[in-house]
Amino acid sequence: MMLFPYFLAGSFFGIVIVEAEVVSWFRIQEMFRFQSFHMYGIIGTAVLTAAVSLLILKKFGVRSLDGEPVATSPKTLGSGARYLVGGSIFGLGWALTGACPGPMVGLIGSGAPIMLVPLAAALAGTLAYGCCRPNLPH
Amino acid sequence: MFSGFPHPLPWYVAGPLIGLVVPTLLLLGNKSFGISSNFRHLCAALVPCRIEFFGHDWKRLGSWNLVFLLGIFAGGALASVVAPPVRLNLSAETVSALQQLGLRDLTGLVPHELFSWSTLLTLKGFVSMVVGGFLVGFGAAYAGGCTSGHAIAGLADLQLPSLLAVCGFFAGGLATTHLLLPFLLR
Repeated sequence: MMLFPYFLAGSFFGIVIVEAEVVSWFRIQEMFRFQSFHMYGIIGTAVLTAAVSLLILKKFGVRSLDGEPVATSPKTLGSGARYLVGGSIFGLGWALTGACPGPMVGLIGSGAPIMLVPLAAALAGTLAYGCCRPNLPH
Repeated sequence: MFSGFPHPLPWYVAGPLIGLVVPTLLLLGNKSFGISSNFRHLCAALVPCRIEFFGHDWKRLGSWNLVFLLGIFAGGALASVVAPPVRLNLSAETVSALQQLGLRDLTGLVPHELFSWSTLLTLKGFVSMVVGGFLVGFGAAYAGGCTSGHAIAGLADLQLPSLLAVCGFFAGGLATTHLLLPFLLR
């Protein structure tokens, strides 16, 4: 598999989230305090752009570079507990670190090596989930 | 280098550019945009254990995403060299709210009074960095995705599970911001 295009796509994403200050702890605070439209505008137009792109790709049966028609796989709902509970746990942490997973890495790149600490802690959190998984409602 | 570069990049430019990552990854190889999967791949790669959740073929399934993550690092580095973020133009209400919580230094992308090696072992530093990071990693794995996978790719694909997850993201974020932070920082 050609991996370099994914590196370029990641770099593009990294540049945009740093330049738009999506990686900023302060912008996340503004968002959770409803005191600025900036983050809502970004998330809203990102979803809209992605949704329209998906509609076009699927409607015209566009194929990806590997020859398969573009497709997304539906997520299983189950009881919904994993999304609500897991999501809430994620949110509690998101407002503390001020950075979700992508921004953590973007921040490290942009010269905040201290974000290696939340990143390592996030790996520990994922590891803990892997251990507890059989005992959690999904 | 580009002193005239607008900061921040306006939302109506940044949002669509971020949204285009979703079709780009699908076109490149039918890959779903979602960054937190990398935590699972990294655990599988780094931690020698026999836990079912980490028993997947991370090299086959996750190489592209780990390379994407490396790209985010490089992109962040490039951005900070070419057009470094200037002083944030925060809303006045947020500035005053954060000052009331005792934060004096509102420069940079992270508050240095919370995120630094010297505050790591203080209560507020430890909770912000270690507890916060742990909850992000645990919650994203439990919810099966983070902001990229659920709030952007999932919502754009009209997935109900993603809407539930995003409701959770905001419930948790609002609780931390309005209930925990006043207690933690003051």
